[in-house]
Formats: sequence, C-alpha cells, structure tokens
Amino acid sequence: MQSNQVPAAREQTADEQVAHVLSRLTFGARPGDVARVRAMGVDAFIAQQLRPERIADTRLTAWLSQFETLDLSYPEMQKAYPRPADALQRLNAENRNSLSPEDSAEFRRIAEGFRKVTTEVQAARIGRALLTERQLDEVLTDFWLNHFSVFQGKGVNQRFMLAEYENTVIRPRAMGKFRDLLGAVAKSPAMLFYLDNWQSAADSGRPRTTQPRLAAGRNRGLNENYGRELLELHTLGVDGGYTQQDVIDVARALTGWTFLPQRPNQAEIAQSMERDNVRGGRLGRQRAARLVQQNLPEVGKFFFNAGVHDAGAKTVLGHKLRAGRGIEDGEEVLDIVARHPATARHIATKLARRFVSDEPPDELVDRAAETFTRTDGDIREVVRTIITSPEFFSSAAFRSKVKTPFEVVVSALRALDAAPDPSPRTAMVVAQLGQPIYGRQTPDGWPDVASEWMGTGAILNRINFGLAVGANRLPGARPTDWPGAEKLAAADRAAQVDGVIAAFLGGRVSPETREILISGRNPLQTGEATDGERPIPPLQGLAQVVGLAIGSPEFQRR
Amino acid sequence: MHRRVFVRSGALALVTMGLSPSFLRRTAFGLELPRAAKGKVLICLFQRGAADALNVVVPFGDAEYFRLRPNIAIPRPARSAGENGSIDLDGFFGLHPALSPLAPLWKRGILAPIHAVGSPSATRSHFDAQDYMESGTPDVKGTRDGWLNRYLATCDTCEAGAAKSPFRAVAMTPQTPRILQGPSPAVAMNSLDAFTVRSAGGMVERLEALYRTGSADLVHATGAETFDAVKMLREANPQRYQPEHGAEYPRSEFGQRLRQIAQLIKAGVGLEVAFADVGGWDTHVNQGGATGQLANRLGDFARSIAALVTDLGDRMDDVVILTMSEFGRMARQNGNGGTDHGHAGSMFAIGGSVRGGRVLGRWPGLAREQLYEGRDLALTTDFRTVFGEVVRTHLGAPSAAPLFPGFANAASVGLFG
Repeated sequence: MQSNQVPAAREQTADEQVAHVLSRLTFGARPGDVARVRAMGVDAFIAQQLRPERIADTRLTAWLSQFETLDLSYPEMQKAYPRPADALQRLNAENRNSLSPEDSAEFRRIAEGFRKVTTEVQAARIGRALLTERQLDEVLTDFWLNHFSVFQGKGVNQRFMLAEYENTVIRPRAMGKFRDLLGAVAKSPAMLFYLDNWQSAADSGRPRTTQPRLAAGRNRGLNENYGRELLELHTLGVDGGYTQQDVIDVARALTGWTFLPQRPNQAEIAQSMERDNVRGGRLGRQRAARLVQQNLPEVGKFFFNAGVHDAGAKTVLGHKLRAGRGIEDGEEVLDIVARHPATARHIATKLARRFVSDEPPDELVDRAAETFTRTDGDIREVVRTIITSPEFFSSAAFRSKVKTPFEVVVSALRALDAAPDPSPRTAMVVAQLGQPIYGRQTPDGWPDVASEWMGTGAILNRINFGLAVGANRLPGARPTDWPGAEKLAAADRAAQVDGVIAAFLGGRVSPETREILISGRNPLQTGEATDGERPIPPLQGLAQVVGLAIGSPEFQRR
Repeated sequence: MHRRVFVRSGALALVTMGLSPSFLRRTAFGLELPRAAKGKVLICLFQRGAADALNVVVPFGDAEYFRLRPNIAIPRPARSAGENGSIDLDGFFGLHPALSPLAPLWKRGILAPIHAVGSPSATRSHFDAQDYMESGTPDVKGTRDGWLNRYLATCDTCEAGAAKSPFRAVAMTPQTPRILQGPSPAVAMNSLDAFTVRSAGGMVERLEALYRTGSADLVHATGAETFDAVKMLREANPQRYQPEHGAEYPRSEFGQRLRQIAQLIKAGVGLEVAFADVGGWDTHVNQGGATGQLANRLGDFARSIAALVTDLGDRMDDVVILTMSEFGRMARQNGNGGTDHGHAGSMFAIGGSVRGGRVLGRWPGLAREQLYEGRDLALTTDFRTVFGEVVRTHLGAPSAAPLFPGFANAASVGLFG
C-alpha cells in the first residue's frame, strides 16, 4: 500500500498528509474524501489532480447548463442584456413618459436580466468550487483570477466580460504555459478595459507606420496603467528591477492593443477623425468614415489598431526593439517579461504562498522558480514541484494557512455535502465575509497573507457565518443533512462532538476544544463566576455542534 | 513573525492567563471608560473618485476660471446669480452653493478650506492616487500599511500603560480601508447593529471559550479581541444616543455612517480615529454646475457633515474632521460637460481648534503657464503637510516623521493658527 510508505523527507504523518492534500489541493474535504484519498494514496491523488483533463466532471456540467449567461461573449451579452437605464429611456421615449403595465413588466424583466450578468458568474464560481472533481484546476483558476484580478465595478461594460474572461481565458490555461496565459490575458477585453490599455495610443508626435483610422478612446495618448501593472503585478513583481522608462516603453509597445467596446456609427467615426485630424483624402471625410465603418473589427474582440501604435524604437529591460514594427512589439515584450528570472521568482513565490504557507521557505521558492525557468513557465510543473516537496509536507505547513472568505464558505458547503445554490445568496455571504467575487477594486488581487486582512470585523463575520450555518440559514446546506449525521442524531453528546470533529475539523482538535464543544465550560476559567456570568445552557441538537465547529478557530485554517 | 501577530499575541497572553484586559474590567464595574489620548478625535472622510476641487471651493476671483469652464463654472456670488451663485468666502473664493450647510461653520471660524493641496505624484489613476493618499507614500506602491495605522502604532507609546480600546480606530466601511491597514488593530464595520454575535442558547459563550483557549496564533488572538469588542460595545450601547441640538442627518448611507460615528464618540468607547468614505465624484460626463450631478453629491456631503458638527455640539472642541479626495480634476471642462482627471485638489478641515474662516494654501493661479502640465491645478501644499499638522497639533503625536517616511515634514499650512 502506497499510503503506508511515508518518505523520510515528509514530516507529516500519513493521516496528516491525507488531510493536508485535501485542504490545499481542494476547496475542502467532502464526506468520504479522506477514506478515498487514503485508499488511493496521497501521491496518486496528487498525480490525478495534476491531470484534470482526464477527470470526468459530469455532475458539474449538468448543473452549469441551467445558467443563461456563462457561455455568452461580451457582444452577445451586451445585446441580450441592455442596461436598465437605457431601456427605461427607450420605453419612456416610445410612450411619451407614461409607462403601461406591460412596459413596467418589460422593464422589470430587463433589470432582472441585467442583474443575472453579475450574479450568475458569481454563483457559478461557488458552484464549480463545490462540485468539480478537478479541484486542483479550480484552485488554480481561483489563484490566477486573483493574480490577474479584474474589478466588476470598473465600468458598466466590465460585467459583460467576466464570464468570457473566466471561462475562455483563465480556466483553460490554469495549468498551461505562463506565456500563453499572459498573452491571452493581455488580449482579453476584460483586462484591456480594466487597466485601460484599450484606450492607450501613441502620444502625438510619435512615429507611426500608418494613419489612425479610429481613435483609441476618449483619453487619447499613452496610458501606462496596464504597462505598469504588467511588470509590477503580473510578471516581474514590485522588486523586479524595472525602471519607470521600462514602464513607459512597455506601454508604448502595447499601444494599439485594443478592442471595440461597441459599434460606432458613421457620424461618431467622422467626428473622431476630425478630432484626430485624420483627413479622408480623395474620398472626403464622410465617405472615408463610411468605409471605416464597413471595415470595423468585430465588437468585443481583440484587434491591433496599427494607426495608434507608437512605432518608434524602444528599450525594454535591456532589449532593443527596433523602430517601424507593429503588433510584434507587444508580443516581444510579453516574451521578454514572461521569461525574465524575476517573473519566475515572483510566480513561484505566489504559488508557494498559496499552497504552503504565508511566508514560504526560500529553498522551496528557489526550486519552484528553477522549474519555471527550466520548463519555459509550465505552470503544472511548477505546482508539481511545490506540492510534492518536503516543505509542502512539513509540520510547519500543516494547517498554517487561514482560509479566505471564499474558502471558508466553500469548505463548509463541501463538508456538509450541500446542494449548489444557483441564486445570488451564497455569493452575498462571501461578500459579507469581506472578499466579494470580482469585487477587488485594486489590480493586486486579494492579499494571500492572513495578517493583511484578519481583523475583529473579519473574525466576527466568520463566527456569525458558523452560527448561521448551525441555524440552517445557508442555502442548500442543512446542518443535519450530511452523510453520517443521521447516525449521530441519536448518539450522546460526546459521540456527536467526535463525529463533527471528524467531519469538519479534520479529526483533530485540542482536548480543550473538544471539552468546550461538549460542555461549554471554559477549562481555563476556574473558581467562582464573576461579572454576572450565568451557567451556560446545554446545546440543543446536532445542528448547534456543527455551527460551533464551523465558527471555531480550527475551521478557519486549512 | 509579522508584527501584527506579535501585537495580538501580547493581548492573547493576557486573556489566556484568565485576565480580561483592563478596559473590560472597568466597563463591567461601571467605572470610567477608556479615553483616547486627551480625548481628541480625528474623523477622516474620503471622497473616492476625485472631487472637482475647482467647483467645490470656487476661485471666482481668478478670471481664467470662467474662461476654462464656459458651461460648468459656478457663477460669482452676486444678487443676480441668486441661489446659483457661489457663497462668498473672502472675495476671491466661494463655496459651491450646494455646500450652503457648511457656510455657518465658516462664519463661526471653525471651517478652513485648503486649496491646491494633494499628492505630488503625477499619477492620474484613481487606484494609484487613492493608494498613495492612504499609504501616505506617493509613488511608493510597496508600502504595506496606511498612515493612520502607522499613527496608531507610533502612538502606542504616547500613554505608557494605558489600555487601548478596540474601538480606538473605527472605519464605517465593509472592509478595513487601506489608510487603516497595518499592524495596529482597527475595526471595520458596516453599522453598529452589525457588530454583534447573532445567536443564543450558549453558542456565543462556547465560541468565545474556543477562541480564548488554544494556541496563541493570529486567529485566536483576533477572535479574543473580537469578543472583547463586542462586549464592550454592548455595554456602551452607543445606539441609545439620539442626534442632539436638532441635528438632522440625511438618510443616505454617508449621512447614517456619520451619525454612527457621533454615537461612538458620545458612548465614550475610546474612539480616536474614525474613517468613512463616499463615492460618486468621478464626473467625466455632465457634471452640472450650480445644480446637477456634482451639486447633488455635494449637497449630501455637506448636509451630513453639518449634521455631525451640530450633533457633536461642544464636543467639536476635541474633534477635527478632515476631508480628502485622491486628486482634483482638469481645470478645463471636457467635451462631455464634465472634467477629466487632474492634479491638485482641495480639503476641508473642521473643528473647534481649527483656525478657520480663512482659505489656506497658496493659490497657484489658473493661467496656462501656471497650470500643472498645462492643464491641471498645480500643487502648492503636499497632503502630508496637512496630515502631519493634524496628527502633531491635534492628536499630540511627538512627530509625524514615522508616518511619512522620506518626507521632510517641516512646513505648516497654518490649520491651528
């Protein structure tokens, strides 16, 4: 049996290793997972999770089919779900400002549809994490969505881009090659919009290879926003050794990387040509504008707008980019930064922090960075280096991570074997815990170090979350309806507590915790009760024990 | 080990020895509640989105102003302008008419607008500029803590041995804002009502016991702190304080948050630093003039602040309210009846100790060659100068140097005379 062969380098016991891989490679153990991993062996489980494409996911696929918006592209969404304000304006105009009951009903339907654009993608994130058999793949999807974070409140159009971003840009590449992922993000409307590159254009006076046929947007001129975050957050890291001049030249190289947020009409094109001093030549401006409109790129799809590209020579991190080029400038920049040693180290550090500990050992980061470089940024191999390392299986790493709000909620749902919730309610619970999905405003993503967000408000919300679960207030998750609960319902309190500890707290807690769960007595408090303390009433039923377990400090860790 | 874990573990050591922190003891026996250093309070209000300073504190005495903003300028204070005219302050500057609830504070001499103030950073990104204003380190993105948190940390030693209240720093926001992030504890809450443990039947007591026993780690320590704070708030019961002196807060979220800050101050829970923010200032399109989009935002803003000042009454002697926004907006209006991102902005300081009734800061002028990069109001006062002055003079910090590393904080804008 493989599970009995613990390599000498692993400090954790066989049982700890099982609990550990389940807490790090998945969003938490479901009933039966511990026995399953123990039977197949920890290493076989790791190997299996590293090959998600070979794992069937039929239950998830069936559940996802109920959503309307997940497979729609940005322009499809824009068409299907008009903004309620626009719809109201149209309805008012059509009816001279007096809305019939039918109009009101239509308005409500439109508003409901518009809400779906954000609520479905969030509900699906939680449902996927709960249901998927490809757990490691989903953990990495969560990691990359946070690494390449976008904010749904950036502008009204951002919400239309989220599902496409998550499902066609990030998830398919979560275990792929870093350069491929980086390139897909760089060309995604979601990132182009969020970090403003879609409207970045060569400053006036810069050399161009062709006349602009379309302005880049309202704020013409160079926009460094994406260029800077590409270096600081997405690749090299803040201490990656780049200069402000590198930021500028990266931004210049990426001018013209854009998309059309909507189809402009001929008059708008003519106006923008006039503003940009673009002449129509022999055709005249109006006819030129019509020609431009006829040849517009597809709305919502990446295209290279050569007319606003800064075609001057550039120097990026010591590499010379010669003048007179087009889209290959940006591609070469992505090649350079994706393969930079600082990027290998930055990504290795963040992955090690996610999988091992808030402050991962240097030696592990070194080896993971070495794998990154050796495999040309093969994410799967970097993750393999980390999750098979002695540092991963060290005693120090065991239960050292504090769960994020998303992890708290999903791990509770998984432990309870809950039914996935297609409504927005569970996502609202995640938001209440402090990290709303697609709600990080700054481009750095939520911090993965507990001390940065753990505070009284945060812990209070977690305690209240446990109590809400115990009170049967979490959609789809009944606190007394998980496999094994039935047997415990009639058992004595000690047996109930031990059953709950096994199911929710990894089977191991301190004697004090067990004692408190059973009796309610604080073993550290001796002598007479003071300050008006009253005797604590006994617990009522199994649900309360479950609520306590989920609100407990032990459940906050993974 | 993170400094924060250390700070918290220290507190935990107390409770695991069976001792409640001293502030809890005192409240339990109905004795004196903890007070912040000298009972001084600083309330920081952040206008997120870059408020259009030139239409907030209107430089009607600068002829360029009307030239740059043909459609959105606020008219001079004149009888003919009626209610649309700006409210004259000193013959050169006026308040936007929607700020009329603040005019009495100017007359009382407790309101000081500061003009051409802000961050020296050239950034026009909301993200970056808010980050810099809250971290207190312009153009340095790696700073992990906010300057208000650094104040809390440096002034831990101001009163040796004094018990620190868990409500010493409170943000009325869903998450701890950047300005208060860092090693020193700060509470973020949506509302006073929400800051409680919702259960009965022995659950709360058991949970508390779970967090007060076991290892001295971040989760346990924070949990113990939380239960202390919940108890303390329950005993202090700030919700029983109704607005006084006829103060009427707007029903808006911002107004209600200020009402709750007043309740915390009156309940004597040791509040020293409070924070709230309000959005809607990013007026690229149709911002309006004396009425319209910006006027609506300013109306709510001013009514909320005026209610807070009225409500606090004499307590304003110990309170300073400081408003801020990440940058100002372009001097020239844009093609959409709005304004794009600019550079320097304006602030308000309000308080019994503020030498108000004067517009502070040097006016750089609006002629093309006077503008920053030919387009924005130039900066004449670094926001760190203002923050430093408030922290030193009002809160009594010995020095603001640790709060703003790399900034020679010698200047003064003359807030307190």
